[in-house]
Amino acid sequence: MIRFILLQNRQGKTRLAKYYVPLEDSEKHKVEYEVHRLVVNRDPKFTNFVEFRTHKVIYRRYAGLFFSLCVDITDNELAYLECIHLFVEILDHFFSNVCELDLVFNFHKVLVYLILDEFILAGELQETSKRAIIERMGELEKLE
Amino acid sequence: MNPFSSGTRLRDMIRAIRACKTAAEERAVVRKECAAIRAAINENDQDYRHRNLAKLMFIHMLGYPTHFGQMECLKLIASPGFPEKRIGYLGLMLLLDERQEVLMLVTNSVKQDLNHTNQYIVGLALCALGNICSAEMARDLAPEVERLLQFRDPNIRKKAALCSIRIIKKVPDLAENFINPVAALLKEKHHGVLITGVQLCTDLCKVSPEALEYFRKKCTDGLVRTLRDLVNSPYAPEYDIAGITDPFLHIRLLKLLRVLGRGDADASDSMNDILAQVATKTESNKNAGNAILYECVETIMSIEDNGGLRVLAINILGRFLSNRDNNIRYVALNMLMRAITVDAQAVQRHRATILECVKDSDASIRKRALELVYLLVNESNVKPLTKELVDYLEVSDQDFKGDLTAKVCSIIEKFSPEKSWYIDQMLKVLTEAGNFVKDEVWHALVVVISNASDLHGYTVRALFRALQTTAEQESLVRVAVWCIGEYGDLLVSNAGMLNVEDPITVTESDAVDIVESAIKRHASDLTTKSMALIALLKLSSRFPSCSRRIKDIVVQHKGSLVLELQQRSLEFNSIIEKHQNIRSALVERMPVLDEATFGGRRASSLPNTVSTSSGTAVKLPNGVAKPSAAPLVDLLDLSDDVPAPSSSGGDFLQDLLGVNLPPATQSEGTNQTPKAGTDVLLDLLSIGSTPAQDNNLSTPDILSSGQDNKPIIASLDVLAAPSNMMDLLDGLGPAPPKPAENGPAYPSIVAFESSSLRLTFNFSKQPGNPQTTMISGSFTNLSSNLFTDFVFQAAVPKFLQLHLDPASGNSLPASGNGTITQSLKVTNSQHGKKPLVMRLRIAYKVDGKDVLEEGQINNFPRDL
Repeated sequence: MIRFILLQNRQGKTRLAKYYVPLEDSEKHKVEYEVHRLVVNRDPKFTNFVEFRTHKVIYRRYAGLFFSLCVDITDNELAYLECIHLFVEILDHFFSNVCELDLVFNFHKVLVYLILDEFILAGELQETSKRAIIERMGELEKLE
Repeated sequence: MNPFSSGTRLRDMIRAIRACKTAAEERAVVRKECAAIRAAINENDQDYRHRNLAKLMFIHMLGYPTHFGQMECLKLIASPGFPEKRIGYLGLMLLLDERQEVLMLVTNSVKQDLNHTNQYIVGLALCALGNICSAEMARDLAPEVERLLQFRDPNIRKKAALCSIRIIKKVPDLAENFINPVAALLKEKHHGVLITGVQLCTDLCKVSPEALEYFRKKCTDGLVRTLRDLVNSPYAPEYDIAGITDPFLHIRLLKLLRVLGRGDADASDSMNDILAQVATKTESNKNAGNAILYECVETIMSIEDNGGLRVLAINILGRFLSNRDNNIRYVALNMLMRAITVDAQAVQRHRATILECVKDSDASIRKRALELVYLLVNESNVKPLTKELVDYLEVSDQDFKGDLTAKVCSIIEKFSPEKSWYIDQMLKVLTEAGNFVKDEVWHALVVVISNASDLHGYTVRALFRALQTTAEQESLVRVAVWCIGEYGDLLVSNAGMLNVEDPITVTESDAVDIVESAIKRHASDLTTKSMALIALLKLSSRFPSCSRRIKDIVVQHKGSLVLELQQRSLEFNSIIEKHQNIRSALVERMPVLDEATFGGRRASSLPNTVSTSSGTAVKLPNGVAKPSAAPLVDLLDLSDDVPAPSSSGGDFLQDLLGVNLPPATQSEGTNQTPKAGTDVLLDLLSIGSTPAQDNNLSTPDILSSGQDNKPIIASLDVLAAPSNMMDLLDGLGPAPPKPAENGPAYPSIVAFESSSLRLTFNFSKQPGNPQTTMISGSFTNLSSNLFTDFVFQAAVPKFLQLHLDPASGNSLPASGNGTITQSLKVTNSQHGKKPLVMRLRIAYKVDGKDVLEEGQINNFPRDL
């Protein structure tokens, strides 16, 4: 199960945070800070998996953004790497060559959260087809 | 009108915040916005509620508190329109979590939305529920969600499935209700619904054993078929990732099969074919394929045994190990650790690759590989493996050295085939990474060295060489110093050369040099310096020619600010100067340290202390340098000639003193002491005098008067305080007491002497009872007449109590041909303040005539 998803830039600013486990605000900040510290200093040649408290964090860097997923210890890391990549591809499709600013400004369309909610729910994968998600987003947009 | 009113569009606010150059500016902007939003909330502004919440969410993401917005979420959710609901639910998920009580208020709205006609709104509600519902909400709304599992729209079905996962996690009792709907879901064709159904099923099985049974019986075959169809399916662009159709679904199915197959042979059988197919057919050049293979290997390892499959799995892992991608190697190492329990042989085949991984540049891979290597060591491969690891120790990173050292030491200890190899390897480790070596490890090394008597010469020479080249590693210095002290004579005389050694000439002064440098080294800590001092003492006895020089070195620490060093310096100096006659006995070669006792002691985490004798008659004080953290030295090891049983805890003291013995052997032991001086020492410590039982109780008092003791060691140490020591030793000079059975330091006196009679008193005290003195009086007839009717009477002042035993007889032969003895017991209530005094009256008959003699005894020893 995914415990939380974080998108952070290199300075440590959180661009997207979705938690599937309950945490106080102060705890959330602590977590974000720690994950950032863990992830930002790692050499690119190292593995994409780090142990974090009693779970593990699977992360990948795309340009200036770190996509971090915190999952249970027993989960399949390679699968979640694929998961991250699929998410990035979907975002890419929507913003055509997504960059950090897109995420920041289009936050108000809450597009990013909408996409995430169609992709992952309750910490588990909801839909594996890119096309299906994109279609669904189209329908939702029409309602706005 | 406030320019920062709700009229600001979100985009503008974001721009404004980003334009701030300092944190203070940003805080100011945010504060203004929050104020405006709060005002709008108070006014119950409908129009901009949507926008305000969006702003609030952004502000929340920046890290500012936004609790005041929570009720806004509720109001928005209650609104009829989709956009409002959407942002309301989003706000709900971001700003609230299940622990807040506000959440309860939403339950009704959510329930209505779950029944809404607009399926998008239903979707919204399911999403929110699935992400943050609490246990009560779950219970309330479970029936709705169940119903939705069979909704016509697949989007709703899959959301409902995931929502159910959360519900059963929160309320496991509800699991049974979901079993039937899930069975239907597993037959779906739509991938989204299928994958969510599979996930729900997996979680159901975890939560409820009945569900597990049910699915195992009914659905295993169906699932196997589904997986097979998936694996064999043609290219489907929608789900294709790196040439594989929907790898996520593959992985989820494999995981579910794992849960179903674990512990059940039938289910495992039905899966064998498909697992083999997946394992062999999946392409592994892309991450997606590797992810599937990884999951497949996990499943194979977890289900019931099938030899062929397991071999296949381990081969896949072997391939992973040689993959260039770090991720893959990491994952493989992880899995191999689990595989060892299953099939150690197969894993051994990949040992070489694993060893390579220990030297990898990535820290997480190194750690995993090291743990794996540790699990792989056995008697046959320990030598080459250790060699590799020790070689690597030289080049490894500082932060890794600690781990590596600990593991290497542990391997060496557990599996060493022979002592010389053990010593060699430990020497190498100490030379490279002595500072990382824990105390128990080098203590154990010392124990082994002392046991390997044929290797003493070799060891001490090797240590000498090592110490010459590098003196950086503290533990190495300590062990070396100890060995040089103990076996210095072997070092100089080149005794016991092994064929592999190069000849080396070491003079006595070289040996002293190197120990001296250990003391003088700035970086040496207290333990090292203390050990070096006692090593020097030992050397001063073994190399008498250097004695003067050693004394000079030792004396330098007389004024040391550290109490331990100062004490040692003074004591050793005194020994060297004044007490050469006992010095060699003091610092005699240590008896072999008993490994079993040490092993047991380590297990019970007592500090490594004292030696136990191994059968030779130990004469007396043996210099026992304690290789432990506590910087104390047993100067007087009184172990006796019966090997002490390997005991622990309180028995140590008795082992130490050999007092735990039947009286016969004990008196033997004490009477064996040939030297007069050592006799006194024993006596002084009242070992030989009174019955064994008393000694057991009393000796701790006299002996354990050392300073800065650890509580455990206190009872074991026999460190006398310096003043006592000096007294005891100085007592060697003057005449030894006449009868050997004397008590401590009370010389006998001639109490009364006249021309015809002499009375001699011998004293003894019961230890622990200083006020009472036993006096044994002995009358000698100096005249040439026989005395008859001999009666002795005595009187004492009020502060004394006197008790007279009957005399041995009442006739005293002439000219000292016999004696009469009589025992007295005097108790001095003013012991220490007033000495004893006594008046005598002796009456006897000579040739029929009565004679009376009287006198007063004033020459009692002072402290009776």
